[in-house]
Amino acid sequence: MELAVVWFILIAVLWTGYFVLEGFDFGVGMLLRIAAKNDSERRVAINTIGPVWDGNEVWLLTAGGATFAAFPEWYATLFSGFYLSLLLILLALIVRAVSIEYRSKINEPAWRRRWDWAIIVTAWVPSILWGVAFANIVRGVPIDATGTYTGGFFTLLNPFALLGGLVTLSLFLTHGAIFLSLKTNGALRERASLLAKVFSSISVMVASAWAVWAEIAYSVTWTWTVVIAAAIGLLITRLLTEVGRFGWAFLTNTLVISAIVVLIFGSLYPDVMPSTTDPAYSLTIHNASSTDYTLRVMTWVAAFLTPVVVAYQAWTYWVFRRRLRVEDLPAHHEPTFRRG
Amino acid sequence: MDALELARWQFGITTVYHFFLVPLTIGLSVLVAIMQTAWVRTGNPKWLRMTRFFGKLLMINFALGVATGIVQEFQFGMNWSEYSRYVGDVFGAPLAMEALAAFFLESTFLGLWIFGWDRLPKRIHLACVWLFSIGTVVSAYFIIAANSWMQHPVGAVYNPETGRAEMTDIGAVLTNPTTLVAFPHVIAAAFLVAGTVVAGIAGAWLVKTQREASVKRTPAAVDADRSLYRTALRFGAVTMLVSGLAVIGTGDAQGQALVEDQPMKMAATEGICDAGSGVGFTIIALPTFSDDCDAMTHVIEVPKLASFLFTHDVEGEIRGVNDLQAEYEDLYGPGDYSPNVPVVFWSFRLMIGLGAGSAALALAALWLTRKERNPSQSWFGRLALWVIPTPFIAASFGWIFTEMGRQPWVVYPDLTGTDRVGLQTMFGVSDGVTAGEVLTSMIAFTIVYLVLGVFWYRLMHRYAAEGAPEVGSEPTGDPSDRPLSFAY
Repeated sequence: MELAVVWFILIAVLWTGYFVLEGFDFGVGMLLRIAAKNDSERRVAINTIGPVWDGNEVWLLTAGGATFAAFPEWYATLFSGFYLSLLLILLALIVRAVSIEYRSKINEPAWRRRWDWAIIVTAWVPSILWGVAFANIVRGVPIDATGTYTGGFFTLLNPFALLGGLVTLSLFLTHGAIFLSLKTNGALRERASLLAKVFSSISVMVASAWAVWAEIAYSVTWTWTVVIAAAIGLLITRLLTEVGRFGWAFLTNTLVISAIVVLIFGSLYPDVMPSTTDPAYSLTIHNASSTDYTLRVMTWVAAFLTPVVVAYQAWTYWVFRRRLRVEDLPAHHEPTFRRG
Repeated sequence: MDALELARWQFGITTVYHFFLVPLTIGLSVLVAIMQTAWVRTGNPKWLRMTRFFGKLLMINFALGVATGIVQEFQFGMNWSEYSRYVGDVFGAPLAMEALAAFFLESTFLGLWIFGWDRLPKRIHLACVWLFSIGTVVSAYFIIAANSWMQHPVGAVYNPETGRAEMTDIGAVLTNPTTLVAFPHVIAAAFLVAGTVVAGIAGAWLVKTQREASVKRTPAAVDADRSLYRTALRFGAVTMLVSGLAVIGTGDAQGQALVEDQPMKMAATEGICDAGSGVGFTIIALPTFSDDCDAMTHVIEVPKLASFLFTHDVEGEIRGVNDLQAEYEDLYGPGDYSPNVPVVFWSFRLMIGLGAGSAALALAALWLTRKERNPSQSWFGRLALWVIPTPFIAASFGWIFTEMGRQPWVVYPDLTGTDRVGLQTMFGVSDGVTAGEVLTSMIAFTIVYLVLGVFWYRLMHRYAAEGAPEVGSEPTGDPSDRPLSFAY
């Protein structure tokens, strides 16, 4: 297979990993005050993602780095073009990383309340914006002959893209609620289970509608199978949350998220960023890619390192596989906040 | 200001901020791993307390370092898309490798380390902190390889058809001579920073345990504290001395390379406008607002020292800014090829001066703790705390020096090579991004960074002031039966 195709697929895999893994981190963050009703429950919720969220986020950094190395033109056009949206995402990710780490470091209600809100807002913003961004890539954006994006911020706010934002939002909410149902107990678990039912119902409608729209308007025939698989997956997820089989629901929701990424990349191929100005200006895996030498080097590196990374990340999930129980929370040993 | 200038300011602000935190993460992660190793090997609880004490500071610092690092990865595409198009084929590779080989390693094993206390078997838990610290060092290697390629582009050719630099030899890119001198320098500086933080905090605490009779604690507990802080102080001080010498040695090696690769930066460092031999080293010059070389007035000068530093020969020949300007015009056409001379000149001196400042603490600490003595002088406690910021600031000036000194180039052309890969900064900025957009993001990042910096400082201060935590008895039984640990 041509190496540019290999890297196109690999980047799709990296985004899938990112959305599947950070998807439930975002979901837990968004539900912090909805599923958890007091400080102890919120601590439990945050600790369910505690050991893994940072490693999950690296999937994004790797997707960014891989795009830079394999498709420099795509990297350059995408990030300079989606400037303000990306700025919002970056600001959210920065504040989020610090919020999760700092929130429980001081045992003072006002301190924690502030960081709680920071965790919540910084989970909602990227959960919506990633969907908006990818829907716009599928739809195509104005790109001129030099590969420069010529639209503005509001070009990106079209109905198809906004619905795309709701897709990632509802899928991540569902994912987070299922994850909390799997990892916690007591009242927190009950609320999370209820939310999983609600959000998976919303996902069924929103994600199916968007997938059909994307398929009809922008995609090719073979991705119909992906659309159908996604729709079935959505329905099964809904059923599994109903009967309380959250382990299986987590798996099927993972497959749904993966199917959406496959649909996105499948509809693009061989473009990476279609131009609405003139199809001749579209960035493709051929005109946006690095040289064959660079791709070959990077293929070797990825072939060696990716299995290792997947192995130790999987081991982390094994080590921390248990439920967290509110009654196991240790007493606070963090210093209380003293002014001055 | 236009988009170019704003983008440069933004890169400067976000990078200096990010790299203010990074050296501490790199150095302290290794020092904490050593502390935990000492605990596993000796079973002495003071090492465990030390691990947890400095480990907490490490986590607080790491969080902000990682968060601000995300911007670095995307900023090239946002503000410097033309640069990205030009260099992506070469420069993207080390960045992607950094993410795959280092970022995953550090964040995954940090999670295992933080949450694995009392849960993972002792030695596996120890392996986690080592893998985490190895990740931070590997990360530094790749990012310095990327930066070194901008300083000295090797292993690539310019392809006029595609209008970009294209990689021909990944081995050459990863073993760039510039990387091989820059990486040890940065790592040595990271240990100097971390050693100073450990010695500074432990020094202040040691004086405190000597001077203040604690009413809340038993004499045995105070003795245990004293022994802990004394060990930490000496550990930090030895780290500072060793790494300080390594910083000097590797810095010297970089100076030699600079004469060959970037003579303009070197001339600007010394404020030498015209060629000469046996050139003196200027310690102080009059401040000036002009970036013109000839506007500088040299006040205190050590004869022949500059020649000696850069050529290891007191009569060595050094070319001046004006000579090089003429040479570059011949090569690259009309234009201004000199960096902002006073900025380069002063940042170099601040780097050296502030870096040397920390030596005072290391020497005082080792002298005052000789032969079982413990310092109780209050001046030493104050010195220990006041010295802490100096190596941080020195490292920042080191980067300001090396990055400003390469202007007006973003990829400094290889003068000896035949491939003429090189790009001026002004051609690297994004085409489609307006000055307003860059200004918006610059203001947003600056405000968010300032606010988070305040919280970072508060927490670092709070936890340092709490002192080393007590540790309970070790839990018994199979670790995997215990409830999951709550670190947040």
